Amino acid sequence: MTFVKKVTKNQLFLPLFSMVLVMLVNIIYDVANGNAIFNFFTISINNGILYGRLIDILNRGSEAAILALGMTLVVSASAGTDISVGSVMSLAGGVCCVLLAGFGNVNVNEYAIPLWLGVLAGILVACLCGAFNGFLVAGLKIQPMVATLILFSAGRAIGLLLCNSNIVYVNVESFKFFGGYCWIFPTPILITVLCIAVTALVLKFTALGTYVQAVGINKEAARISGYKSAAIIFICYVVCGLFAGIAGITATSRIYSADTNNIGLNLEMDAILAVALGGNSLGGGKFRLSGSIIGAYTIQAITTTLYALGVSSAQAPVFKAVIVILIVTIQSPAVKAYFAKRAAVKNAMMTAGREAQA
Amino acid sequence: MIHAKPAVKEKKSMNSNTILLLLTIGLFVVMYAAGCIAYADKGFSKLQTFLDILKNNAGLICVTCGMTAVMITGGIDISVGAVIAMECMFLAVGVESWGLPAQLLIPLMLVIGVVFGIIQGYCVGYLGIQPFIVTMAGMFFARGMTAVISTQQVSITSSPLMTQLSTMKFNMPFEIGAYLNKKGKLMVPNVSIYVIIAILVLIATFLILRYTRFGRSLYAVGGNQQSAALMGLDVRRTRFSAHIFCSVLTSIGAICYVLNTMCGTTRQALGLEMDAISSAVIGGTLLTGGVGNVFGSFFGVLINGTISSLVKTNGKLSSSWPNVVTALLLCFFIVLQAIFAKVKARRS
Repeated sequence: MTFVKKVTKNQLFLPLFSMVLVMLVNIIYDVANGNAIFNFFTISINNGILYGRLIDILNRGSEAAILALGMTLVVSASAGTDISVGSVMSLAGGVCCVLLAGFGNVNVNEYAIPLWLGVLAGILVACLCGAFNGFLVAGLKIQPMVATLILFSAGRAIGLLLCNSNIVYVNVESFKFFGGYCWIFPTPILITVLCIAVTALVLKFTALGTYVQAVGINKEAARISGYKSAAIIFICYVVCGLFAGIAGITATSRIYSADTNNIGLNLEMDAILAVALGGNSLGGGKFRLSGSIIGAYTIQAITTTLYALGVSSAQAPVFKAVIVILIVTIQSPAVKAYFAKRAAVKNAMMTAGREAQA
Repeated sequence: MIHAKPAVKEKKSMNSNTILLLLTIGLFVVMYAAGCIAYADKGFSKLQTFLDILKNNAGLICVTCGMTAVMITGGIDISVGAVIAMECMFLAVGVESWGLPAQLLIPLMLVIGVVFGIIQGYCVGYLGIQPFIVTMAGMFFARGMTAVISTQQVSITSSPLMTQLSTMKFNMPFEIGAYLNKKGKLMVPNVSIYVIIAILVLIATFLILRYTRFGRSLYAVGGNQQSAALMGLDVRRTRFSAHIFCSVLTSIGAICYVLNTMCGTTRQALGLEMDAISSAVIGGTLLTGGVGNVFGSFFGVLINGTISSLVKTNGKLSSSWPNVVTALLLCFFIVLQAIFAKVKARRS
């Protein structure tokens, strides 16, 4: 196998390649505008806080990266996607804010209950949502997309009902911490790092990762080999809910209010896209967490770059769509088979040529 | 026991799908009747209320017919809402800013639908990419294109054809359900032209699914791809054409939709795809494919419409209640389908 082939065959090639491409676009853009060539990569400390476009991408991409962790597990184990995560994020944020502000209040300057209790309740609700999805998928064997469709439409609506269709503000300094700054770092980045570290360690030091892949590759075979397939799928959904909760609290804390209509809107799409971009098959089975994480930040880098290029937030999806189609077409079985066939023909011709020479 | 056997056999011919369909229709009747009793003073029992439900959901009926066809093949199309927004915006901006006649733009809308369907269908059918991902990209694209065309809310005012079509009313024949209003004037319930379009689409889809080669191959492919291929059906082509069919019906739905709203905005038909999917599922279409009926889907739409109408008539409830109730119903029907499937598996 040649070196080029080895590199392009690697699962991380695609996300890394896209990332490099985005950075190149940024460099060209900066040069064209007469900025310093590495303007994109410059990181500075202003007012005791890290500044720079890279930091911005890492910060803004936090929610998608956290969601992508859970989504990777769900996709791998159940060969389906959890489309309710964005809705669950909004619900978790709503529950947290409503509890902190006290039911019925719209704008408060002090907590009604301790901060940790509110945050915990929000995350717990998200876990319950995950458990509900998991029960439908693992217990009742309903396709993941349909099962999560229920919470997709209900989650946000329940959040709105809880907030009485208002935006609930929690104007307390300590609540802004999760979406604000911790020393010089933006806290969302630290939360993401923590989530990634815990997940990676759990997958490394327990057999959960192997279980998930085994169930994803063949559920029946895994069950016959003695794995509790249903339980493993259930756990994956609960974990996905947990991460949705954490992402929801982070997103809520950024704007210190429960904007139930807009928090996590379309973020499930970003998370699914991150998993696909990371080279993971959406048909389940083998997965690589690193791929999904790089995928999530690549998407954020694309979005940030588009904004920098002056594309409005409403128009940005057009580019995202083109990227998705390109990626999935490259990965599609038909195209792969075509290239395999071409390579085989080439090989055969080369052997035939050699034989003729001999 | 021996005597009872024939009776059991007869009962078996009514399979679980029929039970689900009957349940859906029953639920609609009960819900509507409850509304008539509870809101009798607010005029819920008038025939016009029912016709207004049809009016507000004419676009959704067309879309759901297409969605049912795609779902029967085991696929899904989540781009429909965004496609409607794009086409409505195209028409609105075309009429208002570009000054083109609606006679030209309406056929062009259908052409856009066909092109969209061909691209999505090719990716799903021939490239073998998951329908969810393909149509998600389609959704992003269409929603983004809507904003590229215009980010403003554009009302259609300068097209005489559109105004004429939108205000055209058809009174009920023989003055069925007519009543005298407070001023003593005879009010005859009426429907708009787009309701008639939607009903025609519904009937046409029913006939196509049931009696044509294309319709039957949809069921065969959705039921079992391998046996369909062994029977000599072109599986890839069937899935390809199912997406084109759905996109064309979506375009017709877009025409109905724009005639009702008479404007184009970027947030138009937001979440319509989920309404269509939940209507189809409530109507007994299985997402695994192979089972489905447009009349079931029609009743699914009616149930969705009735819930919204009830909440609107009440006037005090939050506008998020329809979503919650629809989700609950969806949950109920999905769980019921799963239980039926389990019972069936245990029997065989």
